[in-house]
Amino acid sequence: MKRFLAFLRKEFFHIFRDPRTLIILFGIPIAQLMLFGYVMTNEVRNVKIAIVDHSQDDFSKRLTNRLLSSGFFQLSAIPTAEADYENLFRSGTIKELVIFGPDFGRHLINEGRADIQVIADASEPNAAQLIVNYTTAITNSFVKNELMKDQVLPGINIKVRMLFNENMRDAYNFIPGLIAVILMLISAMMTAITIAREKESGTMEILLASPLRPIQIILGKVVPYMLLSIVSALVVLALGMIVFKVPVIGSFALLLAEILLYIFLALSLGILISTFVDSQLTAMAISGFVLMLPSILLSGFIFPIKNMPIPLQVIANLMPPRWFIEINRSVMLKGGGLAEIWPNTLILLGLSILFIFISVKKFKIRLQ
Amino acid sequence: MLPVIFVMPLIQMLVLVFAATNELRQVDVAIVDFDNSTSSRKLTSEIAGIPFFKVKQNLVNTQEAEDLLMRNKVDLALIIPQSFDKDLTLNKSSEVQILVDAINGSAAQLSLGYLSSVIAGYSQKILLKTAVPGSVMMKNIVVKPTYWFNPQLNFKYYMAPGILVVLITVIGMLLGGMNLVREKEIGTIEQINVTPIKKWQFIAGKLLPFLAIGLFDLAFGLLVARLAFNIPIRGSFLLLFGMASIYLVLVLSLGLFISTISDTQQQATFVTFFMLIVFILMSGLFTPVESMPDWAQKLDYANPLYYFVKIMRSVILKGSNFPDIINEAATLSVFAASIFGLAIFRYRKTS
Repeated sequence: MKRFLAFLRKEFFHIFRDPRTLIILFGIPIAQLMLFGYVMTNEVRNVKIAIVDHSQDDFSKRLTNRLLSSGFFQLSAIPTAEADYENLFRSGTIKELVIFGPDFGRHLINEGRADIQVIADASEPNAAQLIVNYTTAITNSFVKNELMKDQVLPGINIKVRMLFNENMRDAYNFIPGLIAVILMLISAMMTAITIAREKESGTMEILLASPLRPIQIILGKVVPYMLLSIVSALVVLALGMIVFKVPVIGSFALLLAEILLYIFLALSLGILISTFVDSQLTAMAISGFVLMLPSILLSGFIFPIKNMPIPLQVIANLMPPRWFIEINRSVMLKGGGLAEIWPNTLILLGLSILFIFISVKKFKIRLQ
Repeated sequence: MLPVIFVMPLIQMLVLVFAATNELRQVDVAIVDFDNSTSSRKLTSEIAGIPFFKVKQNLVNTQEAEDLLMRNKVDLALIIPQSFDKDLTLNKSSEVQILVDAINGSAAQLSLGYLSSVIAGYSQKILLKTAVPGSVMMKNIVVKPTYWFNPQLNFKYYMAPGILVVLITVIGMLLGGMNLVREKEIGTIEQINVTPIKKWQFIAGKLLPFLAIGLFDLAFGLLVARLAFNIPIRGSFLLLFGMASIYLVLVLSLGLFISTISDTQQQATFVTFFMLIVFILMSGLFTPVESMPDWAQKLDYANPLYYFVKIMRSVILKGSNFPDIINEAATLSVFAASIFGLAIFRYRKTS
């Protein structure tokens, strides 16, 4: 035990002696937190639009005002000739063009119904759809408040309740996923690299020849990163709760237990990778390719898994972060308990045992 | 080396473009029908008739629907109140409730939009049938959308040009960056340093082969995109590859610059990796730049990917010509020239 503690101390020295890696270790999570918290948003704001009003009547002017004062749109051009429309889109000056036909006001008075034509730049399809949705919603509320004077409209009215994320804040979506990505990075990637480094520089053999047992060596390598991971998980969680106001509705103890389980899983994955590679560069390449990319793109972190083609969904199901992100979102945002997340927990547990099992097998072979 | 050149474009184009999609494939809806009348059943079958919606029916109470939302089994729940049919016949007006899983805001808005439009369509249908002419003074404005450049709203068209940018950026920065540092690590750089070769000749000589590889990969990636999802290429190839050359000189110089300031491959990879994450996430590849806060938009003026993503999307999807993108092109050229100069300046033949 004393030997093990000494070895553990040595490993901590290794980590703290290399400030560049430490900076990266904490710099990447913080940069990601800032980017995802403040910068990455799917909401549509400040959309540059152009308005062509061939009618110039009272209604069209009022609706134009309503659109521009909504805060979503920004008038960027008033094209005069139809030939200019495409140029404006091509040069990226505008994303939407609203056209009032010459008889807009007359139709509205005589027939009670008029059209406005809206052209959206669908080279960004989702933004285009959201922009058109906003335009429609603003027009509808204009009709309801100003033209119909708030009388109850005939037909089916829809009352909407946004659950789990009332104000549709993007941070609610990103923070639970970010914890999964960052832990994968620190736990798995760093463990794989540090063990690979010993192998590469040939010091692994020296360690194995020492009176320390192999399991102690591996544990000594892993424990520092486990502590680092726990610290950074808590930091990200705290920042998410304090700065981005993401709640933890479910049980906090359950959340922490699941985070520990996931760290355990990521560490075993790191050990597993290290048994396959001999150099730091391969360890990094594999971590980058096998861990980072899938944990960002195939985990439901940014893009919902449901929208992917079936073969990719199958692959995504093999990704540990996918299951962990679901747990996080459920416990943090939905107030879920074990009743909801036990299948995910079992999967994480099963994967960890599998990884450890394979590593132990591989490691023994290397000793001979 | 060779597998990287061929396999990376294939995997990136096929996996990333298909994975990185916000296009809704299917929306799961739970319907709780407290009314169980002709009108409510018609509304239900109207929704169930659209293949895009997968409907879970026969729920007895709201609790059950909320439970399904809780366990990610459905995205939306539609609650039809008991008085639905009565209100419609007596008052010509009725109310339904929709519960939305709003964790992913934009997906929530889109799926809610679809369901609302189906309900509005149904509502319009019964109104037309039962409307008494002149009973209520109706006024309505209908928004008629047209989607230019991508009428089917195909998300792959949007992602593919962006992923191509990532592809040649990664290739440029990693291959270019790693190369010089490797020579440092194994010591061959000394042998080159003692030859009479000029600094700019050395840097340019390192740069050109990778420029060729980058352009080749761009062409290969475009071909894959064309064959796999039939992306339209509206702009001129000359413009596309001209811009790509300028951009590649920029990222390769950046890679070389990083390698002149790093001692080991590990340091170089970490720095590159960090820059790539920030550059890519801020480039507007995944989320629109206009939605970012002001400070981020200002920072983006220094992000080469921001300009090039814009250029690629405009030229490929909108057929933009040189005057349309002249600002972006000019900025990229200035960047490329200065970083190339910086890399030459920072490279020391003597240590």
